[in-house]
Amino acid sequence: MATSYVVSTILVCGGAMWLLKVVPFLLVKAVALPKWLLQFLSFVPVAILTAIFVESLLVAHPGQWPSVNWENAVASLPAVVTAILTKSLLAVVVVGVLAMAGLRAIGF
Amino acid sequence: MTGELSFKAGLKDVLPTVFGYIGVGLAFGIVARTNHIGVWLVLLMSLVVYGGSVQFVLATMLATASPIGAMLVSAVLIHARMSLMSMTVAPYLRREPTWQNVLIGTLLTDETFALSMNKLNLTHRTLRPAWFHAANLTAYLVWAAATVVGALLGGLVPDAQALGLDFAAVAMFIGLLYLQMITDRSKPLVRHLEVVLFVAVAMVVAERVVPGTTAILIATVAGCLFGMWRENHGN
Repeated sequence: MATSYVVSTILVCGGAMWLLKVVPFLLVKAVALPKWLLQFLSFVPVAILTAIFVESLLVAHPGQWPSVNWENAVASLPAVVTAILTKSLLAVVVVGVLAMAGLRAIGF
Repeated sequence: MTGELSFKAGLKDVLPTVFGYIGVGLAFGIVARTNHIGVWLVLLMSLVVYGGSVQFVLATMLATASPIGAMLVSAVLIHARMSLMSMTVAPYLRREPTWQNVLIGTLLTDETFALSMNKLNLTHRTLRPAWFHAANLTAYLVWAAATVVGALLGGLVPDAQALGLDFAAVAMFIGLLYLQMITDRSKPLVRHLEVVLFVAVAMVVAERVVPGTTAILIATVAGCLFGMWRENHGN
């Protein structure tokens, strides 16, 4: 694989991705956002975190219904319980990792 | 997490997410090496591209000699959700100098965005650059280091999976989601639950037709519109 090909890809993609993150900051600084947009954005945190989580629970089959990623789904249960019991992000991560390690140790 | 917005508090708050970066970063380094991308290029990609899902896709597409235009389209589609996050967090930093905004935007990630949203609930809806820089810089450096270590070790660590480290990122999003739902009192908990349920169903439907990362964008926008509709049209 030619180094120039990889470097070009990195610079082109990296540049576009940088703009996607930075332009909204400049936009918001330049103009006050309308009320409806602020209301829309107030739902972004919960909506996007749910979407990211659910994506990890699914296995895509283009053109068909996705199936369940059982390994992730089962390991998620103790993580959810830990979140409710401790409200500690660190505890959730540690329990989640241990649960996944345990599942794989028993050959789930 | 407390209401403190210092650099030091930022370092402390970002700690739980570090495991996720290490787990996914190692995995990326190993994949990159398998696809014959050199260690220096792995480092460059982590520093310049800086996006987990995009980097995995690029590593695969580079290995099959895809055209740069096709990779650009994929990267933009996967990364477009960052614009939503930037726009959501930016109003809280509007009064800060432009260069601070640019710096925070440059290093913003799913994780530091979610942390900042959790943080807002404890700080009377205020954020400060010092706190954000601490979280962003830690994430950035840990990610770069983890990917390089993964690329160096390559096949030497076939047991990274057995340790369950790759699940750290998922567990972290579970924690961030739950904390967001219970600490964001600007809406009743039942409204949060409705949005969660709606987005989950939207994800399943969207994944029939588009790849998972695009589904995330579509389901998020749909979920926000659904939330607005519920809020504006009573109970």
